[in-house]
Amino acid sequence: MATIDADNRREIARLPSRPISLEDRYDPPANFLEIEVLNPETHGFGNKRYTDYEIRMRTNLPVFRLKECSVRRRYSDFEWLRKELERDSKIVVPSLPSKAWQRQVPAFLRRDDGIFEDEFIEERRKGLEQFINKVAGHPLAQNERSLHVFLQDTTIDHDKYVPGKVRNS
Amino acid sequence: MDILGLGSKVDADFILDPQGQRKQIDVKIDDTKRSSQYIYYDGEDVSGTVQVKLKKNSKVEHQGIRLEFIGQIEMLNDRSTIHEFINLSKLLGFPGELTDSSSIDFNFGNVEKPYESYNGINIKLRYFLRLTIIKRFSNNVFERDICVQQLSQYPEINNSIKMEVGIEDCLHIEFEYNKSKYHLKDVVVGKIYFLLVRIKIKHMEIAIIKKENTGTGPNIYAENETIAKYEIMDGAPVRGESIPIRLFLAGYELTPTMKDVQRKFSVRYFLNLVLVDEEERRYFKQQEIFLWRKQDKDTDKTKQSAKQYAHYQRPTPANQSEENPTENSSVNEVLSSENNSDIPSD
Repeated sequence: MATIDADNRREIARLPSRPISLEDRYDPPANFLEIEVLNPETHGFGNKRYTDYEIRMRTNLPVFRLKECSVRRRYSDFEWLRKELERDSKIVVPSLPSKAWQRQVPAFLRRDDGIFEDEFIEERRKGLEQFINKVAGHPLAQNERSLHVFLQDTTIDHDKYVPGKVRNS
Repeated sequence: MDILGLGSKVDADFILDPQGQRKQIDVKIDDTKRSSQYIYYDGEDVSGTVQVKLKKNSKVEHQGIRLEFIGQIEMLNDRSTIHEFINLSKLLGFPGELTDSSSIDFNFGNVEKPYESYNGINIKLRYFLRLTIIKRFSNNVFERDICVQQLSQYPEINNSIKMEVGIEDCLHIEFEYNKSKYHLKDVVVGKIYFLLVRIKIKHMEIAIIKKENTGTGPNIYAENETIAKYEIMDGAPVRGESIPIRLFLAGYELTPTMKDVQRKFSVRYFLNLVLVDEEERRYFKQQEIFLWRKQDKDTDKTKQSAKQYAHYQRPTPANQSEENPTENSSVNEVLSSENNSDIPSD
C-alpha cells in the first residue's frame, strides 16, 4: 500500500507526538512481574503428610516491598489468600485447582498415593502457578495486604495478620 | 394489501420522481428485506401522482379517496406504540365509483420534516404516504415510505478531545481525538500516549458504540450496539510511546446523533478505547462523539464523469446513474483532486 502523503491529505495526517526517549525505549519495562511455583516437597510421615511449594517472585513494581523473594506455601495457604481476596477486594477471584477430595480418601482404600502422587502434584503446581500469576497481576489485588503477606512474608502469621490495603510507597 | 387471497380489485402505485432527478437509497427494512426509497429533505414539497389501477371490467364503489403524509415514531418494545408527529391529509377523490384506472396528481407543499428517518433496534422513525380508499366494510390501504435525511453545516466550534485517564500507579494514558463532532464520512484521527505502564498489555482496540435510549424519566430502555471494532495496537507498549489512530467512518453503518426526538428517543455514539492485558482483563474509556450528516457534493454528475473518463467517450445518461453512485463522490472529497486515476483509496 502506498504510504500516505501527509501534505496532500493533511486532514488524516497523524497528530504530532513527542518522540520517545532512549531511556524509555530501551530500559527494562515498568511492568516486570514473574512468579513461579516450583520445587514441591512433601513433609512428614504417614497420614500427617503435607506438600508445599516454593513461590519465587521477581518484580520491579513499586507496590511490592521486595523486588525478589522466595517463600514456601501449601494449598491451604492459597485457599486462605483466595478467601481474603474474595471478601475484601472487588475482583472476581479466579478459581484454584481442585481440592481433590476423592484423593484424600484413606490410604488403604486407594491404589495409589492420593494427593501425594507425583502426577497430581505436578497438575496442582501448574494450576497454582496460573492462579497466582493471574491474581498478582490484577491492579486491585495488588492493593490488598493479604497478597503481600502471601507473597513476601516468610510465614503467614495468622495471629498478627490484619486485613487492609497497601498503598504505593 | 388484501390478504384474503382472492386478489384485490384495486392496486395503487405512487410515482414520485417522473423526471429521475431524486436520489434513492437502499434501506434495510428488516433482516431479510431491503427496499429503495427516495431521499427528501426538510421543507421540500412531497408531490407526484397516485396511479389507481383497477382489474379489468371491475367497479369499486367507495366513500372517498384520502391521501396522507405521515411522520411517525414506532416503539418496538413490549407494547408497540405509535406516535404520529406529522399528519397531513388531502382528499383526492369524493365518494363515488371507480370504473377505470386513473392517475391523480397531488402536492404537499413545503413539508416540514424535522427528524431524520431512523431504523433502529427498538425504534423506527418513518415518513410515508398512505392512500386510503374508504369502503363500507374494509378500506384499501397503500403505503409508500420515503427516506428523510437531515443535513447540517460544518459546526462553528469543533474542539478536539484530550484527556488523561488511568488507574492509579498502574496505567496512565493520555488520549486525544482530533474533533468532537464528526460527519458520517469523516476520519477519526487521534493518538494514545502512554504515561505509565505497569500492567502487561496484550493489545488495544477502538470501538464505535451506538446507544439507543427509548423513553424518558424512570422508564428509559437502553440498547447498545457495537458498530465497529478496530485493533490499533498489537503488543506491549512502554512509557513514552504514542500510538496513532485513524478510523474511517464511511465504512460503517452510522446515523447522525439524535438527541431527545419528540421526547421519545435518543441515538448517541461513543468511541470506546479498550486495552486488554495478558490475563484478558479489559480496561476501557468511553467518550461521546457527535455525528452529523454533510451534504454530498455530487450535484453535477456530468462534470464528474468527464473528469474520470477523460480518455473515453462521455457516457450516456443511462450509464451515469450506475457508475457514479453517491458514495463515490463523498470518497472523492477525502482524496485530493490529483488522486482520481489509479491509486485505490485506503
